[in-house]
Amino acid sequence: MSEKKTGGQIIWESLMREGVEVVFGLPGGAILPAYDDLAKYEYPIHHVLVTHEQGASHMADGYARATGRVGVCMATSGPGATNLITGLATANMDSVPIVAITGQVPTSLLGRDGFQEADVQGVSLPVTKHNYLITDIRELPDALKEAFYIASTGRPGPVVIDICKDVLQASLEFEYPETVNLPGYHPNQNAPDPHSVARAARLLNEAERPLIVSGQGVSIAKAEQELRQLAEKAQIPVATSLLGIGTFPSTHPLSISWGGMHGEAYCNYALQECDVMLAIGARLDDRLTGVFDTFAPKARIIHVDLDPAEMGKNITIDTPVVGDALLALRGLLPQVEANEHPAWLAQIDEWKQETSDRDILAQETDELIAPYIMQQLWHATDEGDATVVSDVGQHQMWEAQYYHHTKRRSLLTSGGLGTMGYGLPAAIGAQMGLSEEEIWVVAGDGGFQMTMVELSTVVQERLPIKIAIINNGFLGMVRQWQDVFYNKRHSGTPLFNPDFVKLAEAYGIPARAVTHKDDVYAAIKEAQAADGPFLLDFQVEEFTNVYPMVAPGKSNADMIRRPSPAE
Amino acid sequence: MNKHTMIAWMEDKPGVLNRVAGLFRRRNFNIESLAVGHSETSGISRMTFVATGDDREMRQVQTQLYKLINVTAVQDVTDVPTVSRELALIKVKAKNGNRSEVMQIVDIFRGRIVDVDMETLIIQIVGPEERVESLINLLDQFGIVEMVRTGTVAMVRGAHDRAAQQKTAVPAYENGNQ
Repeated sequence: MSEKKTGGQIIWESLMREGVEVVFGLPGGAILPAYDDLAKYEYPIHHVLVTHEQGASHMADGYARATGRVGVCMATSGPGATNLITGLATANMDSVPIVAITGQVPTSLLGRDGFQEADVQGVSLPVTKHNYLITDIRELPDALKEAFYIASTGRPGPVVIDICKDVLQASLEFEYPETVNLPGYHPNQNAPDPHSVARAARLLNEAERPLIVSGQGVSIAKAEQELRQLAEKAQIPVATSLLGIGTFPSTHPLSISWGGMHGEAYCNYALQECDVMLAIGARLDDRLTGVFDTFAPKARIIHVDLDPAEMGKNITIDTPVVGDALLALRGLLPQVEANEHPAWLAQIDEWKQETSDRDILAQETDELIAPYIMQQLWHATDEGDATVVSDVGQHQMWEAQYYHHTKRRSLLTSGGLGTMGYGLPAAIGAQMGLSEEEIWVVAGDGGFQMTMVELSTVVQERLPIKIAIINNGFLGMVRQWQDVFYNKRHSGTPLFNPDFVKLAEAYGIPARAVTHKDDVYAAIKEAQAADGPFLLDFQVEEFTNVYPMVAPGKSNADMIRRPSPAE
Repeated sequence: MNKHTMIAWMEDKPGVLNRVAGLFRRRNFNIESLAVGHSETSGISRMTFVATGDDREMRQVQTQLYKLINVTAVQDVTDVPTVSRELALIKVKAKNGNRSEVMQIVDIFRGRIVDVDMETLIIQIVGPEERVESLINLLDQFGIVEMVRTGTVAMVRGAHDRAAQQKTAVPAYENGNQ
């Protein structure tokens, strides 16, 4: 005979069974019974009190991306739950496993527009993998079990469980289910069809200018080793998507960095010129492809993804391979022949040389610019040993260009949704999961201010997070678009900033402003030497823009390049 | 642009119709008609819908719909022999002068008159969409006062077991060919 448990107790018991160690949340009326039960259990799971619920969902996201485990966040009904939405949408776009538990008004008040009622199931529906509204405690154990299963299997994603307050207070003889019963959910974790793998291998063997595009799916499938073996065996250059950064060491001779709107020029040329492309675990979105019809025009494309809906969604492909990236690579490895492509690799080297001649760091300047800071950060962190959490904007692109990631899961960034404000809270989540890791936030002055309220969470949890603000006094990427497409009318983009050093000090976080190039490395070292958190306010040259740039509506071949020194 | 008839099976749970409708809206799918009700299996609802679009869009309709956790199977039955039927109730003006003409047309279309008063008739027609459409076009000249249509429901002809059907219904490029 199993014991009777309240709804709140069932939540904590279930989270313990799922191995959850930390929950990011903020209490309120409808979720209060669950918080009360947490206290009665004497806090078996560490609860991180956030300052704003958006922070909770980004923290769960950062935790999940850094550790590969399900991130859990919690909020109350109404505004608590709707504040989670941006973080859930961010996680949904980037396939990040999250379980979000929200309180809802009591069943007797459902649909009556009572205090703090919002249709959380309706609101979260288009931005989650699945969601639940629990109006009967008998549904709760299955929903919790299913939520973790759905979030973490197949193509990962966020799941919401919205629970009425009276369900949290009701009680039930509780046993955590051993299995799930989901007749409509069969996560594709099988090996792909052998015929399509064989066809893919044949295409790669026949290719003269093969190219691999590696996406985050490779990281989710933990297939980095196999990817590298395949690339080395057949001497195929590897590009990544933005989220694929870290799936292939960017210092490897076969690495051609990452492609797309602000990808390296030589990478974009290679994307456009290859004759066979193996896109693996990348969903080929518009930021990578440019105008769909113009992407990789000479290539027969092999697309490996476990989500069949990604096949031909944006790009017409030759060979779909539906299945797990690891199993696909294991299938390909014995069939893809050892090969060399000297002419193709020489061509790429030529493009690389041309790109580095135009590199902004090759130009002599005394001005403080973000690419230089990223390069110095890379050096100071033993050449790629830190986990960097970037926010969204110009600095995000410079980080991706100049911090050469060599470790898996070492860049966390909001790629799909492009959520400004992601950086700081996601870093908090990452540091909660990886306490020993050196974690840097790289954020613009605009994005940082969107969620900087979480500095109090950094202090509260005593996290040694290092923060680098790339402060140019503008919403820089928006300003860049105005420079390029709107005749330099800077409508709504100049920022009024606080003194970030004083701001940090108000939280008890040591900080330093950096205005000169010569001080960058020492300042980074000072931050590293600090026991706890440290904030660096890099006051950079205001008008520097990110190149290359593929304008919307253009092909990857049609980049706006930085003028070469000769011009 | 082609017209496709698809069948989707889904768990009969609160909000499932909302999920499907929300997906159609969000993905900008063009849905002409939709009919849903119980299937032979308790707890499983069956939806027939007619969508229009190019091949890419139709594959997206199938694969995205199948991703919904509560959807158990999706099948495109456009190129499969099916029985497909729609029901319409049409209230048409019919006075002494043209009443017999209306009744003749209804007869030819194997429709039925299900309500009669001095001014109007209600006609019931069950048939493939094209037949319903033709009758409506003919009745239009008399003046249609009111009309309701159910949308097409479809069923694959012949003996086959549902398990096999559900298996082939998973749109997953299994053989790797386009």
